[in-house]
Amino acid sequence: MDRQQQMEERLWDYIDGLSSTDERSLIGQLIADNREWQIKYRELLEMHEAINASELEAPSLRFTKNVMEDIARFQVAPATNSYINKNIIRGIGAFFLVMIVGFLVYLLGQMNWAGTGGGSTSNLLSQYNANVEKLNWSKLLSGTSMNIFLMVNTVLGLVLLDLYLQRKKQRGSQA
Amino acid sequence: MVLTDIEIISKVLAGEQAVFAQLVERYRDYVFTLVLRFTDNREDAEEISQDIFVKAYRSLADFRGESKFSTWLYTIVRTSCLTFLRKKKLDTLSLDNERVFIQAENQDSGFRANQVELKSRYAMVNEAIRLLSPDDAQVITLFYKAEQSLEEIGRVMGLDPNTVKVKLHRARQRLKTKMEKNFSHEVRELQGD
Repeated sequence: MDRQQQMEERLWDYIDGLSSTDERSLIGQLIADNREWQIKYRELLEMHEAINASELEAPSLRFTKNVMEDIARFQVAPATNSYINKNIIRGIGAFFLVMIVGFLVYLLGQMNWAGTGGGSTSNLLSQYNANVEKLNWSKLLSGTSMNIFLMVNTVLGLVLLDLYLQRKKQRGSQA
Repeated sequence: MVLTDIEIISKVLAGEQAVFAQLVERYRDYVFTLVLRFTDNREDAEEISQDIFVKAYRSLADFRGESKFSTWLYTIVRTSCLTFLRKKKLDTLSLDNERVFIQAENQDSGFRANQVELKSRYAMVNEAIRLLSPDDAQVITLFYKAEQSLEEIGRVMGLDPNTVKVKLHRARQRLKTKMEKNFSHEVRELQGD
């Protein structure tokens, strides 16, 4: 940030009343003593006053009447928190959490923790390869439990993708 | 007797629908100006503004008084404007993309050159704000016209107050550039040269 920019920023803070007491007195002193600061201050203050004094745009004269005619057809809706039950939201969250934890426990329970014991890495790898070749994938993937597992994961994946896209969209509109 | 926003809202919630007109009168220029910053078309802006007040009326029970009514109303303004832009398939243009506004600016610059002497300095500032991107124009309007603090603007725009401060600073810089570019004569007068 160059000196000019820094000066402008400090002056805007001073004009907007956002600077600290010490900073205010320092800038007040600079405006009083320094011609450059004085000119810039006057320029920014005039712009600030012009923006402040500018008027809002006005809609047509019938505007209020039109709105009142429109709302005559409606009733005030009940407050959102009166019909959204937080317990239901929490229940859905708890359901997914239990599902995930349940599957993790089930998978960990199926694992053979005994291992081969003391074998070298190459031994382990060859045993792993042999085991993988022996696996009957079609039988494994056609099981009902596996189908449910895949379905739940797909739903969770979609939920996460939706959350991610929503956040990305929000960030995009704010940038 | 002038009723406060909260008093009006309480009356409306108690069934006095007609009192809502006071809120409309109080905030119609504010809403219309903000919408105009998004749409740049008076007819569309009026239609959207009307719709915003209807939505505000319908969801008035959701206003808990934790923020200013204008802050709450702005959240409806922003959502409605973005929905409108999406419907109009204008969402391909980023809110920060100034192409459209530069285009509009070039199209009527000749006309403006002839009319410029007739403009008051305030109309000139308004005109220059219209040439800014919607985001810049919103920040300036919210800060100056809606008298929202940086924290309040941050809350409705989902930004940190410091980010709002930087945005406001940049918006004012761009406004200054626009004014110098399009209204140099008036700017000189404004500066008393």
